[in-house]
Amino acid sequence: MDQLNNYLFIAAALFSIGLFGVITRRNGIAVLMGVELILNSANLNFVAFSRFGGMNLDGHIFALIVIVLAAAEAAVALAIVINIYNNLNTINIDEASSMRE
Amino acid sequence: MADILFWFIALVTIVSAMTVVLNNQLLYSAIALLFTLFGVAGLYIYLWADFIAGVQLLVYIGGINVLIIFGIMLTNRISSVRLSQTNIQQGVGGVVGFWIFLMLAMVINKTQWYESTGAEPSSTVYEVGTLLMTKYILPFEAASILLLGALIGAAILSRQEN
Amino acid sequence: MASIFIQYSLVVLFLPLVAFLIQIFFGKRLPRQGDWVSIGAISITLVLAIIMFVRMIIEYDPGFKHEASFTWLDMGEFKIRLGFLVDNITVIMLLVVALISTCTHIFSTQYLKGDIRYSRYFAYLGLFTFSMNGIVLANNLMSMYMFWELVGVSSYLLIGHWFEKESAANASKKAFLTNRVGDIGFFIGIMILYSAIGSFAFSDIFDGVAKGLIAGSTLTIAGVGLFMGAMGKSSQFPLHIWLPDAMEGPTPVSALMHAATMVAAGVYLSVRIFPILTPDALLVVAYIGGFTAFFAATIAITQSDIKKVLAYSTVSQLGYMILAVGTGVYTAAFFHLLTHAMFKANLFYGSGSVIHAMHHALHEKHDHDTDPQDMHNMGGFKDKMPITYWSMLLSTMAIAGVPLFSGFLSKDAILAGTLSFAQHHPSHFLLPVFGFGAAAITAFYMFRMMFLTFHGEPKTPGIIDNIHESPKEMTGPLILLGTLSVFVWYTLPYLNPISTHGWFTDLVVPNDAAVPGNLTAKEIKAGAHHAHHLAMYLSIAVATIGIFLSWLTYIKKGLSPEAWSKRSGFLYDWSLNKYYFDENYNRYIYQPSLRLADKIAWVDWELYDKYFINGFGRLTNWVSKITGKFDFDVIDQIIVDGMGRITALAGRQLKTIQTGKLQNYLLYVTAGIIILMVIQSF
Repeated sequence: MDQLNNYLFIAAALFSIGLFGVITRRNGIAVLMGVELILNSANLNFVAFSRFGGMNLDGHIFALIVIVLAAAEAAVALAIVINIYNNLNTINIDEASSMRE
Repeated sequence: MADILFWFIALVTIVSAMTVVLNNQLLYSAIALLFTLFGVAGLYIYLWADFIAGVQLLVYIGGINVLIIFGIMLTNRISSVRLSQTNIQQGVGGVVGFWIFLMLAMVINKTQWYESTGAEPSSTVYEVGTLLMTKYILPFEAASILLLGALIGAAILSRQEN
Repeated sequence: MASIFIQYSLVVLFLPLVAFLIQIFFGKRLPRQGDWVSIGAISITLVLAIIMFVRMIIEYDPGFKHEASFTWLDMGEFKIRLGFLVDNITVIMLLVVALISTCTHIFSTQYLKGDIRYSRYFAYLGLFTFSMNGIVLANNLMSMYMFWELVGVSSYLLIGHWFEKESAANASKKAFLTNRVGDIGFFIGIMILYSAIGSFAFSDIFDGVAKGLIAGSTLTIAGVGLFMGAMGKSSQFPLHIWLPDAMEGPTPVSALMHAATMVAAGVYLSVRIFPILTPDALLVVAYIGGFTAFFAATIAITQSDIKKVLAYSTVSQLGYMILAVGTGVYTAAFFHLLTHAMFKANLFYGSGSVIHAMHHALHEKHDHDTDPQDMHNMGGFKDKMPITYWSMLLSTMAIAGVPLFSGFLSKDAILAGTLSFAQHHPSHFLLPVFGFGAAAITAFYMFRMMFLTFHGEPKTPGIIDNIHESPKEMTGPLILLGTLSVFVWYTLPYLNPISTHGWFTDLVVPNDAAVPGNLTAKEIKAGAHHAHHLAMYLSIAVATIGIFLSWLTYIKKGLSPEAWSKRSGFLYDWSLNKYYFDENYNRYIYQPSLRLADKIAWVDWELYDKYFINGFGRLTNWVSKITGKFDFDVIDQIIVDGMGRITALAGRQLKTIQTGKLQNYLLYVTAGIIILMVIQSF
């Protein structure tokens, strides 16, 4: 609990799980969820460093900004996904591959 | 006691995260995400970041997760068969993910982190607010513009073509 | 700097060549077709020759000799040196060539007037003069051989001057080829000497023979080989066949080449190589010469063409000269060469003048059938062509051996030599028989010619009125050479008509033979001197008999030629038909060679060309087809196209990476990062 390493390990675990989710999930929204996981792990890192680095609250500010960004991004992403669903009638992102050669 | 609780929260977080990425049903993933976010908020408490925990609960869970569930609901096709929700990159992706975790763990282990703790503050709200308004006013304004942009963008994107 | 004689000789040598080149390339465009170029060149040559002659007389030295050599071919160890030799004999020959050549040039301006190849004729005359001077000036056998061939070529060109006439073309070919046959022997002789002695120069060869580097039968063979060249060029038996046919050429050419100079080249060669002829070789030489002298004379008595009579007469006189070389009195041979050049050329010019007159007369009468050269169509020209008649008479008396004329002295010297030879070697009695017999017959037929042409009644009606004397360009040489037929010019400063003693015998002195064991010059001279008086009486007797018989037959008509010809039967037939030499050569030599050549040609065409050469072609074709196929099917298809296909395949495979799917790209990125880190940590 009072060890930085623990928090960092948890954050690393969250990160790799989130990465796995981004790479492997077929559904667009599921990919978005993976991204959220990654962002959360970053946030955890920031806050952990802010506590164990001398109560400098810069980490908190960073985490705040990140949360704001995540929110904005989630909103836009969902709008895009809904658009894709309206156009292609599916949110299987494998289908959205018109940029292939 | 606090330690056990800490590890319990950590476990919940991890297991929920696994559920997010492995479950075949989207809604279950979304709920698991909810739990994960809860767990992260708990961890924030342990890190003396009470304000951030609160923001997490409010914004992430209450805003983003709800949005995600909306999105799922809107794009759900009732006739969809219970197919695997993961694509063919599962194997390699698993390996890659695991490897990344290993590398990060090695780095974390080896590095000598600078550690110095101060006293536990009573509440961080005041300091955060002050910092936002003085030292980090620029990122603050930038973030607000970003939010504005996102708002407009989302509005345009979801516009109905007449 | 070479002596003045060498310098003059070089000018004398090369000036006619320059004239030849100018005439050949520009002759047609020059005014008067450029004959003045040739005449000018030859006149300068004559002047220089006279100057050299005068200086020689002034020096009056029998040992007079100037020589100049230069290296022509130098290939390290193998060197050929060529050069020029000027001694008394050379100067006299140069004068003879220059004089007769100048007379021919002048004579030809009238004889060939209006001819279609006028300028080319003069060009070839210049070429001939150059080549003949080359032979005369050579100091070594190699350059002599080169000029020898050139003279043959000039002869070919000039005999065939009117080559539209088939007989002329054939005659020129015959002349050249017969010469070549003789030259085979010449070349073999040169090579034998070179391989034994290592040099072509006369002086080296004489030294080599004297040292004994080459002797015995080898030397005899070499000597006979060299003599074969003389046989060909001087028209001796059995290579005499070309000279009578060579009369197809223009008469001035006959005068120049086939009387005075080219045919004399053989004698000149024999005189030069006399020191290296072994006794056996000399015997061969003597017999060939003697036999030729006799049998050619026997042919001449039946010929009706005036030029053929002179041709056979030339063959006979050349036989005399060769006989003289063979019996040892080679300076007498050269003396006869000198006198013969003058009177025989004059006789040819005279005959040319007569033929020219006959041509004009027949042309005026529009008669194209009568042969203008047939003596039986002539007769009684004496009064109409006085200059021609008197000039020819002087030369005829010279050739017949009448005292007070040049021919008497030279023939006498030769006959004395044969007599002396027979006295020392009684088994060779035939040689003087040949000599004196030929003398008798010569007197007979020469006066026959004169009587038939100029005396008696004209045989062809109406001709005689149109016969007139020839223009002065033609009578000029006649007068000059007729005068030179008198004995005086050759025996100055002595005026003894029965002795050859004079500037000639003082300057042209026989040298000892280089062959060890031959008679020395002194012995030969002593022998000839002993026989001199007997020879003189005999020759006068023999000449008188000949002239008398001729006068009897053709003037007095006491003896009938027709009756005698019937009585002699086959002899007459043989004589008239030149002993069927040409026919026999044709049957036994020419035809078999042609047949052999045909057979060989067949082998070449049908077998070699068809199978071997064509086979190669077909083989190449076949090989090329196979390699072409290989190139197309294997290389093109597999290698070249294969490259393309591999590239396309690779491209297609690599295309699959770009799926367009985001997650794939993301995977690649992360995988790449991991790999990079792994590599980094190592």
